[in-house]
Amino acid sequence: MKTYKYGNDVDTDVIIPARYLNTSDPAELAAHCMEDIDPGFAKSVKPGDMIVAGRNFGCGSSREHAPLAIKASGVACVIAENFARIFYRNAINIALPILECPEAARQINPGDDVAVDLEKGEIDDLTTGRKFLAEPFPPFMVELVAAGGLAAYLKGKRE
Amino acid sequence: MTMTQKILAAHSGRENVRAGELIMAKLDLVLGNDITSPVAIGEFPKFGRKHVFDRGKIALVPDHFTPNKDIKAAAQCAAMRSFAKEQGIANYFEVGHDCGIEHALLPEKGLVTAGDLVIGADSHTCTCGALGAFSTGVGSTDMAAGMAAGETWFRVPAAIKVVLKGWPRKWTCGKDVILHLIGMIGVDGARYQSLEFSGDGVSRLSMDDRFTIANMAIEAGAKNGIFPVDEKTLEYLGEHGARPPRIFEADPGAEYSRTIEIDLGEIEPTVAFPHLPSNTVRVGDVGDVPIDQAVIGSCTNGRLSDLRAAAEAMRGKSVAPGVRCIVIPATQRIYLKAMEEGLLKTFVEAGCVVSPPTCGPCLGGHMGILAKGERCIATTNRNFVGRMGHVESEIYLASPAVTAASAVAGRIAAPPSASEEAGD
Repeated sequence: MKTYKYGNDVDTDVIIPARYLNTSDPAELAAHCMEDIDPGFAKSVKPGDMIVAGRNFGCGSSREHAPLAIKASGVACVIAENFARIFYRNAINIALPILECPEAARQINPGDDVAVDLEKGEIDDLTTGRKFLAEPFPPFMVELVAAGGLAAYLKGKRE
Repeated sequence: MTMTQKILAAHSGRENVRAGELIMAKLDLVLGNDITSPVAIGEFPKFGRKHVFDRGKIALVPDHFTPNKDIKAAAQCAAMRSFAKEQGIANYFEVGHDCGIEHALLPEKGLVTAGDLVIGADSHTCTCGALGAFSTGVGSTDMAAGMAAGETWFRVPAAIKVVLKGWPRKWTCGKDVILHLIGMIGVDGARYQSLEFSGDGVSRLSMDDRFTIANMAIEAGAKNGIFPVDEKTLEYLGEHGARPPRIFEADPGAEYSRTIEIDLGEIEPTVAFPHLPSNTVRVGDVGDVPIDQAVIGSCTNGRLSDLRAAAEAMRGKSVAPGVRCIVIPATQRIYLKAMEEGLLKTFVEAGCVVSPPTCGPCLGGHMGILAKGERCIATTNRNFVGRMGHVESEIYLASPAVTAASAVAGRIAAPPSASEEAGD
């Protein structure tokens, strides 16, 4: 699916500007996703599309509205060189697929058709034919994502 | 172990922890605000618990879009208020009732003590590291999990040791120290790590300076910033009625990923240019940067000593024509003290507007939003694209003294004696 590509230090203020934080409705948030860095994103993004970015994706505010907006936009996976820690945690907790892979983040071009296998961490750039392998999640996080997020995971553990 | 690792170990019932390990740890306080709590409250039932783990260990602070900026913001505060009532949460702070910006309020109310483990659904929760606590920002789902279970998971961080030496100059404050550090290491320079401050320079920093420094640890990507506990910390904790401290110290042989030495005497008032807190320039090298607005406040720099410094730089002078200067005391108590000390009079006479405590313009909420092409100097913590308003507006980050001096000059300027020192 199509790739949207951004640079380093994409902060949560541009992912979802605070002027829209008077709601937590995912569909409303998705309507303004990436608005201050890519005003056309919300209108053109299609389910299954990918976001590829550089270092420190999701830095700044702890607003979970940022991964919620991306997830509600239909984005299948965010691939970055690395993530800011609160964004990383939030994405895992709400089961938004993310992969850390510096090579993929550098070599995938905007608009490339990309497929990912989350379990194996495989990233296929179908446009260029390049294949990449992302850092695997620790087993704990694999379980957490498989459960569908932190709430389901902790509830499942107790039961 | 580092100081942070010792606190994490103590809260996970273990003798030792290592960087990179995943642990479950018990929480002393879970914090949320009017933006993040509504999401957490929505998630809370999914954890399968009817009641929060401890009604005394949760703090809910409506501070971001308060006093309510619009109907939707009012609905978010209402959801928070009714959750607090229904759960019997002791530490819910209503606007006007001894309320304020969460990271200034928690220490002021004595809700955090040395050795605590605190999570907050706000990235600047790292502020309480100034008290010798492990305090870190998380998202709303983590907040919900914390409220339900009283514990959560952490990946034990490695640490960068920041050794502070020397004596700060007259107008150099905590803001300049942290901007200087972020300028050195970048906005991801401490990603996933602790920033552990140490050295004889710590004792020369006031508690307010330490709060400012710990507050912006997140702006270097850090998981937490933390200060050792000394006499000033103990005095602060005692004055504010905090629980008895548990003092942790880094082992002499603790491993650090990196050690950085900073001579406080060499730090000049510093300004971070758009659009990253790491784009730092010494105020003497700023050049001609006219401004439309100046904001003095926020969880970073809305404390009493910040207002004193701003008033000192502004006393007997006027805000430049065409410049709006907005002063926002961080809490009701600070507001009252600023009034008693005559600081608010100084501000109003100089032509500033004084706002009730709120995060307001810092995150582009209300009380001072920027139009297209406008430029603001602010004592806040982030100068990202569109942070304070229009996507084509600009934010320059600086100390209260520099911000106040700039409001008077109409362009970014050094406080009077600092520019004399520099010989301009």
